[in-house]
Amino acid sequence: MSAISELSSITRRKGKATAAEKKANGRDNKAAYIFLLPWLVGLVAITIGPMIMSLYLSFTDYNLLQPPEWVGLDNFTRMLSDARLHNSLGVTFTYVFVGVPLQLAVALLIALVLDKGLRGLPFYRSVFYLPSLLGGSVAVAILWKQIFGTTGLVNQVLAMFGIQGPGWISDPSTALGSIILLHVWTFGAPMIIFLAGLRQIPHMYYEAARVDGATTLQQFWRITLPMLSPIIFFNLVLQIIGSFQSFTQAFIVSGGNGGPSDSTMFFTLYLYQKGFGQFDMGYASAMAWVLLVIIGVFTAINFIASKYWVFYDD
Amino acid sequence: MTTKLETLPTPDKKSGGAGKPTNHRKPRESRGTLAFSRAQRGKSLMKHGILILAGGLMIYPLLWMVVSSLRPNELIFREPGLWLNSLEMSNYTSGWSALTHPFGHYMINSAIVVIGSILGNLISCSMAAYAFARLQFTAKKLLFGIMLLTIMLPFHVVIVPQYILFSQIGWVNTFWPLIVPKLLATEAFFVFLMVQFIRGIPRELDEAARIDGAGHPRIFLRVILPLMVPALATTTIFTFIWTWNDFFGALIYLTDPDMFTVPVALRAFVDSQSATSWGSLFAMSIVSLLPVFLVFLFGQRFLIKGIATTGIK
Repeated sequence: MSAISELSSITRRKGKATAAEKKANGRDNKAAYIFLLPWLVGLVAITIGPMIMSLYLSFTDYNLLQPPEWVGLDNFTRMLSDARLHNSLGVTFTYVFVGVPLQLAVALLIALVLDKGLRGLPFYRSVFYLPSLLGGSVAVAILWKQIFGTTGLVNQVLAMFGIQGPGWISDPSTALGSIILLHVWTFGAPMIIFLAGLRQIPHMYYEAARVDGATTLQQFWRITLPMLSPIIFFNLVLQIIGSFQSFTQAFIVSGGNGGPSDSTMFFTLYLYQKGFGQFDMGYASAMAWVLLVIIGVFTAINFIASKYWVFYDD
Repeated sequence: MTTKLETLPTPDKKSGGAGKPTNHRKPRESRGTLAFSRAQRGKSLMKHGILILAGGLMIYPLLWMVVSSLRPNELIFREPGLWLNSLEMSNYTSGWSALTHPFGHYMINSAIVVIGSILGNLISCSMAAYAFARLQFTAKKLLFGIMLLTIMLPFHVVIVPQYILFSQIGWVNTFWPLIVPKLLATEAFFVFLMVQFIRGIPRELDEAARIDGAGHPRIFLRVILPLMVPALATTTIFTFIWTWNDFFGALIYLTDPDMFTVPVALRAFVDSQSATSWGSLFAMSIVSLLPVFLVFLFGQRFLIKGIATTGIK
């Protein structure tokens, strides 16, 4: 089971410990907590502690040098009138809600083509998977910066057809698009998950459909998509959560400033500038909590919406 | 089988067991000997055509970067092709020594962080996974749920206080902030991966060991760990790639050029470069990608399995 289906099954079975589990409770406590010790220390010191601390800091003015000063909701009201922050939200939403569906559509499309018992499948799979391992690196971001530059690879190819391309990453109207393209380029990981999911659809469903005279398209809509919907849901949730936190590509491609004219100023990039550029740690913490709430809301919406379109076989 | 194959374009793939892609060899071989209708052969050719085109498009930028790094610098701006007239190694030699330290220095720094992170993840995550998969204890469900939630927790929510914490201990510009969290199993993704794996190991093996008088430490070390080598391999490979590529953490904690890891060194290179040094920048980018590529080449099997098993039920 994936982490997500596991989580929802925990909440469903809440409070219904079986008799065997009750009997066993407490038996291994000492051993268990010894095994869990590193993780528990990490949870308290590296995760939950800092979370509480950052919630506190979000209500303060703090620059690392003077002690934090309580300012109530100031940071949050400042956000309401911070035009650059609103812009960064817009950039991030565009990136997430254009990039993720596009990437998943390509991943699904290629997985469908690959799944049909093709010769050379492992080779193709490797070729398509490789970019998703390299895509998060600074090196590929550097490559992207060149490719979509004024005299970059894309424009060199266009020039062969007599087209004078724009400076993709120096033009505010196309800069974000080239970073979205980089995200789409890394479709390999969700593609692998789709491939594994496609293999689990029982073949007899298709046979039965064919006997009844269903066309390929009908089979896709009536069998493949519903059977694959839990996997699509899983990919969607993970990719949305991950994309909201995207940072490296925008940082490198824009040279760290989110330019041109803030067109690639991701929320995370703005957070970094506030926190680690201007050491406005209170504001940065407040931004981090806003990010957490945004991600939480969209994940919750995803889970609620999933009741209407995700089909569980069991 | 023959008639089926002739009427159905997609007969073989689904019938084989789930998650065992290598099992499909047989039907695929026999397929070649069967008479295909012309339409089907055309369809298959078209499919290969599409895939080769798409795959080529995907990989082309990478190949072009490799080729460009072996060209005189000015050609990078006017040669979109892949052919090489001569091998120019000067980009590599000049790139290697373009920063305050030779590039190898940053690679060693990265290697230290990577090795520390791998050891940390292997030890701490496998211990936690054993407890979650095999032991009964108070608040197990709650803790397991929290563990799953932390997989999805955005790093940014904790980064400011973490930075304050580590800077107060005096760990800024050391590798500790990048390694210690991994010693404490904060990459919960791997705990989950290992829990999944341990659940697949027959419990009878633990019980046999217990009857022989083994306690939990011994069962863990002698029974479970040796059997979960594939999960440990997956963890090692993913940790390697993610840590090697990690930019954000290094950007925040490592500001002294002595301590730079490869990604921040590359970033410093981009910032310092004049328009004429793209060749050496490309060369060092290739050098930085090479370890990841090698790991991908030899560890692909574990990578693909790791993704597929944590991604689906």
